[in-house]
Amino acid sequence: MDKVGIPRGIFYYYYGDIWKSFFDYLKIPYIISPSTNKEIMLLGTKYSNDEMCLALKTYLGHVSYLEDKCDYILVPRIDNFGLDNQTCTNFLSAYDIVQNTFNIKTLNYNIDLEKHETLKRGLIKIGKILNKKHSELVKAYKYAMKKYKEKRESEIMLNFNKLNSSKVKILLISHPYNTYDDLIGKDIIKYLEKNDVEIIFSDKLDENLTNKLSERISKDLYFKYSKDNIGALELTKGKINGVIFLSAFPCGPDSLVNELAMRKINLPYINLVLDDNSSFTGTETRLESFVDMLKGDIHE
Amino acid sequence: MNKLSYPLMGDYHIPAKFLLSHVLKIDIITPPPISNKTIELGTKYSPEFVCTPFKYTLGTMLESIEKGANCLVQMGGGCRYGYYGEVQAQILSDLGYNVTLINLVTKGKTDIKRIVKEFKKIDPKFSRLKALYYTFITLKMVKYMDHVDEYIRSNIGFEIEKGAFESLKFKMLRDFQKVKSYRELHRKYHFYLKEFKNIKVHKPDDCLKIGIIGELYTIMEPFSNYFLEKELAQNHIEIKRFTNVHYLLFEKSFKIRKYLKDTKKYIKYKMGADASDNIARTKYLCEHKYDGIIHIKSSFCTPEIGAMPIINKIANNYGVPVLFFSFDANTSETGIKTRLEAFYDMLEMRRGK
Repeated sequence: MDKVGIPRGIFYYYYGDIWKSFFDYLKIPYIISPSTNKEIMLLGTKYSNDEMCLALKTYLGHVSYLEDKCDYILVPRIDNFGLDNQTCTNFLSAYDIVQNTFNIKTLNYNIDLEKHETLKRGLIKIGKILNKKHSELVKAYKYAMKKYKEKRESEIMLNFNKLNSSKVKILLISHPYNTYDDLIGKDIIKYLEKNDVEIIFSDKLDENLTNKLSERISKDLYFKYSKDNIGALELTKGKINGVIFLSAFPCGPDSLVNELAMRKINLPYINLVLDDNSSFTGTETRLESFVDMLKGDIHE
Repeated sequence: MNKLSYPLMGDYHIPAKFLLSHVLKIDIITPPPISNKTIELGTKYSPEFVCTPFKYTLGTMLESIEKGANCLVQMGGGCRYGYYGEVQAQILSDLGYNVTLINLVTKGKTDIKRIVKEFKKIDPKFSRLKALYYTFITLKMVKYMDHVDEYIRSNIGFEIEKGAFESLKFKMLRDFQKVKSYRELHRKYHFYLKEFKNIKVHKPDDCLKIGIIGELYTIMEPFSNYFLEKELAQNHIEIKRFTNVHYLLFEKSFKIRKYLKDTKKYIKYKMGADASDNIARTKYLCEHKYDGIIHIKSSFCTPEIGAMPIINKIANNYGVPVLFFSFDANTSETGIKTRLEAFYDMLEMRRGK
C-alpha cells in the first residue's frame, strides 16, 4: 500500500493532527519526519536558496529527508481564508518549489476560500488519489475534525488558564512552526520553563477572537496568521508582564507586523530573530536579562 | 493649507503629479529625486529586514515632509507591499510628524468610496466627475509613456548621436505635463513617437538581446537597480522588459491565466506578486532566443525568492544563462559592474561559438 510522507515543517504545525487522524481512520500508512536536527537543517540549506526564510529551509530539509522513504509526500498550499485573511507568499509557493526541486510524487490540495476550495474538498481529493471511497472519506474527515477540535479546545483552555497564574507571565508571539520546532523555539521554551515563567502561546488562543481583536492594533493587516498573533496581545491585555516576539530570519510578514506591534504596546518586550547560524548562548543571555528585569519589576 | 506628496518610482511621478494637481486644488509637492541621502534616511528608520522598496518610499516621504508636505499617498499590493502604508504612518507619527497617509489599496482591494472620502477631507471641493476625467487621461498617459519606453529600450543601445533618445524623452515628458485634454495628449504622443522613430540608429540584426525580469519596484525605479538598463545600453544590448505600470494595472489580471497555462509543466499555482509572471517570462525569453536573462529584486523579496529555483530550472533546461541580482541599501556599485561585465563577456563568447 502507498505510504504517505508528512514533512514536520510549516504546514504540519497547523494541520498535522487532522492529517494524522484522517489517515488513521482510513488505515493509510504514513511516516512523519523526525523533529528538526542538524542533519535535516544541513539538507535544507543544501536545497534552498540562501535568502529563503529559516522555516522554509527546514521544511525543504524535511522533504528531502522523506524523499526515498515513502511513495507520496503531502505538500498542501494555503492561499487565503477570504480576501482579508491571506497568508505569506511562502505558503503559496512551497508546493511549486518542492515540485521543482525534488523528483518525487506529491499529494497536494489547495485552501483558497475565495475560490471555494476548502480543507474538506482538499482532503477528499487526496483521499481519492489513494483509492478510497467518497463516503469513507467524508466520514474520515468528520472524525479527524472532531478529534482536532477536542484537542484544540483543551489546549486553548489550558493556555488561557495560565493567565490566572501568579508567576511571571510572558506572551510568546510567534508562528507555531517556529515555536515548536526543535532547532528554533524549543530551547527558548525550555529555558523559560526552567526559570519559573508562565508562557502563554499566541497560537493556542481562540483564533476567532484574536483575529477580530487584531483590528484594534492594526486596521489594514491582511495576513491571517499574523492577525491571530497580534490579536493575542489585545486578548491578554493587562494580564501579562512581558512579550517575546520570536521570528525566523527573514520572515516577510513579521518584519512589518512585529515592528508595528512593538511600537504600539506599552509592555516590556524582546525581539528575537533566529537564523540557521544563531547560537543559543547569545539568545540565552538576552532571555536571562529580560526575565530578570520582569521578575525584579514584580518584587518592587 | 494641505500639501500633498507621494513616493517616487521611475518617471511615473509625472502622471501622478498631473492627476493630483488637476483633481485637488491644493499644493502638490514633488519630492526631490532619489539620492543616497534618501536611502540613508529610509534605512535609518525602517525595520531591520524589510524589503528595500519600503526604505526608498519611507526615505522619499521624509524628504517631502522636510519640503513641507503633510499629506502622503501610498499604494501597492500583492505581497507585503500592501501593508507598507500603515507601518510607515506609524513610524512617521512616532518621529513626531503630524501627517495624513492615504493608502490607495487596503487589504488587497481598492475601495473607491473610502478614497473619495479621504480626498474630501483634504480638499472639500473634490469633484468625482473631474477626478474620473483626469484619471482617464492619466491612465492613457501612462500607457503612452510605457509604449514609448518599450521602443526606446530596444533601440537606445544603438543610437548614433549619443543622448538623442534621452533628451527627446525629457522633452516629451515636459510636454505631457502641460496637456489639457485627451486629444492634445493623443496628438503629442503620435508626434513624439514619429520623432523617436526618426532618430537614426545603427542596429545590427544579430545584436545581443537580454531580458530583464524581477520584482516590480526595483525594476521600475532606475536608482534602486543602480541604472542597470543604462549600463546595458552602453554595451550595445537590446533590452526587453515586461513590467510597467500599465501592465500591472490592466494586463496582469488577464494574462495570469495564460501564463499559468504556458508554464503548466513547472508550476501549478499563482505564487504571489509577480513571481509566476516572471516564471512565464523566463520561458518566453528562452523560447524567443534571447541571449541572457537578468533577474533583479530587492533583498528579502519573498515571492521572488520562491520563484528563483524554478527560474533557474527553466533556464537550465533551455541552456540560457541567468544572472541574479539582489539589491540592498548598501550594495556596492563596483561589484554590480564587474558581475555585469563578466556576464556580458560570457554572452559574447557564447555567440562566438
